[in-house]
Amino acid sequence: MNVAIIKYNAGNIMSVDYALQRLGVNPLVTDDHGFIRSADRVIFPGVGEASTTMQYLKNRKLDLLLPELKQPVLGICLGLQLMCRLSEEGNTKCIGIFEEEVRKFDPPANGAERWKVPHMGWNTIYDLKTPLLGEDLSNRYVYFIHSYYAAVGPDTVALCDYTVPFSAALQRDNFYATQFHPEKSGKPGYQILKNFLEL
Amino acid sequence: MLAKRIIPCLDVRNGQTVKGVNFVNIREVGDPVEMGAAYAEQGADELVFLDITASHEGRKTFVQLVKRIAVHLNIPFTVGGGIGALTDIEALLAAGADKVSLNTAAIRTPELVDQMALNFGSQFVVVAIDAREEGGKWTAYINGGRIPTEKELFSWARECEDRGAGEILFTSMNHDGTKNGFACEALAKLSDILTIPVIASGGAGNMEHFAEVFTTGKADAGLAASIFHFNEITVPQLKHYLRDRNIPVRL
Repeated sequence: MNVAIIKYNAGNIMSVDYALQRLGVNPLVTDDHGFIRSADRVIFPGVGEASTTMQYLKNRKLDLLLPELKQPVLGICLGLQLMCRLSEEGNTKCIGIFEEEVRKFDPPANGAERWKVPHMGWNTIYDLKTPLLGEDLSNRYVYFIHSYYAAVGPDTVALCDYTVPFSAALQRDNFYATQFHPEKSGKPGYQILKNFLEL
Repeated sequence: MLAKRIIPCLDVRNGQTVKGVNFVNIREVGDPVEMGAAYAEQGADELVFLDITASHEGRKTFVQLVKRIAVHLNIPFTVGGGIGALTDIEALLAAGADKVSLNTAAIRTPELVDQMALNFGSQFVVVAIDAREEGGKWTAYINGGRIPTEKELFSWARECEDRGAGEILFTSMNHDGTKNGFACEALAKLSDILTIPVIASGGAGNMEHFAEVFTTGKADAGLAASIFHFNEITVPQLKHYLRDRNIPVRL
């Protein structure tokens, strides 16, 4: 199976590569349009800042290529956010595959409960409505690390609670995305990547 | 609900995990990759690998080791120890590290924190602070706890947050190696003045200490080394203990 991991300007994409290798797949990290178009699966990973990353994608016309893809595509973390309509981070107009908007976690200033930002660590996901996650993973812990989140909307297929309930996963047609990092989420994460390869 | 994180810490010297008490009397305890994988299997939420090798050759070995860790490990891990320049950080990132922790380098060159946050994102930047309390004042130390600095713990932690650090790893040198519990008072104060997560380190001796650090100490994560390495407490034991006390943990 040919898997393309979209090449990025920043962030740890090696961990996605290694996670796929643990599943017996040898992905290619690339920004080559031809290879991405013909791949069986495309992964759009990333950590980093939205506006600079969006600019990087635009310079390589990857923002135009992505919405045209027909094979299953998986966005991870910043990948999910850049597949949304727009992001508060740097007031960035994003790719717009998903309708949702990306907002910053805004902890109440004097609330009784203290919310740290970034939302960092293991949290549970629920209301799963996508073959990517199946049903067995309901209320299981997965690993998050992010300061911005996609609001709940029509493409939301899994929820997680932090300062507010937010989209833990989004799906529209062949486009899937998780806010958490399946490649860092232990056994549930392994299952999710396996599900993606078997879609 | 976001779980409190349990983080075994592995000090690495010349490719082997080692453990000392109060930064001295160091002895070897095993292979970092095997130990890391075993901790992940047991349910550790994250791992920290600190390179305490001094030599240049040892550095290169450590980058190779980070790659081996990344290939095998399916949970996040932080690497640190002796990092002085952006090029070191890039090499560790390319090898597959999820986060890099700065200690001495951040104090010597605070702009490095800003540069790291800008280049790689705040989530990648952990600032580790070793501090000792004397006469009510917490002083930050560098060079593995050997040299006191002008920096005061709380103001320095705030400065790190302002510069873009994503997390603070605070080790109380007064508590480290004592097994008498974490520096809960200072930790709670840190958590109150910061908006980024705080990892507590130094002093873990029993399971009750972790319950304390997550309640009165308000810590987001608890880090320990020897009690895990020498099997005095196992990660699953600790997590069940915490869950029974209504502290959210991943089980």
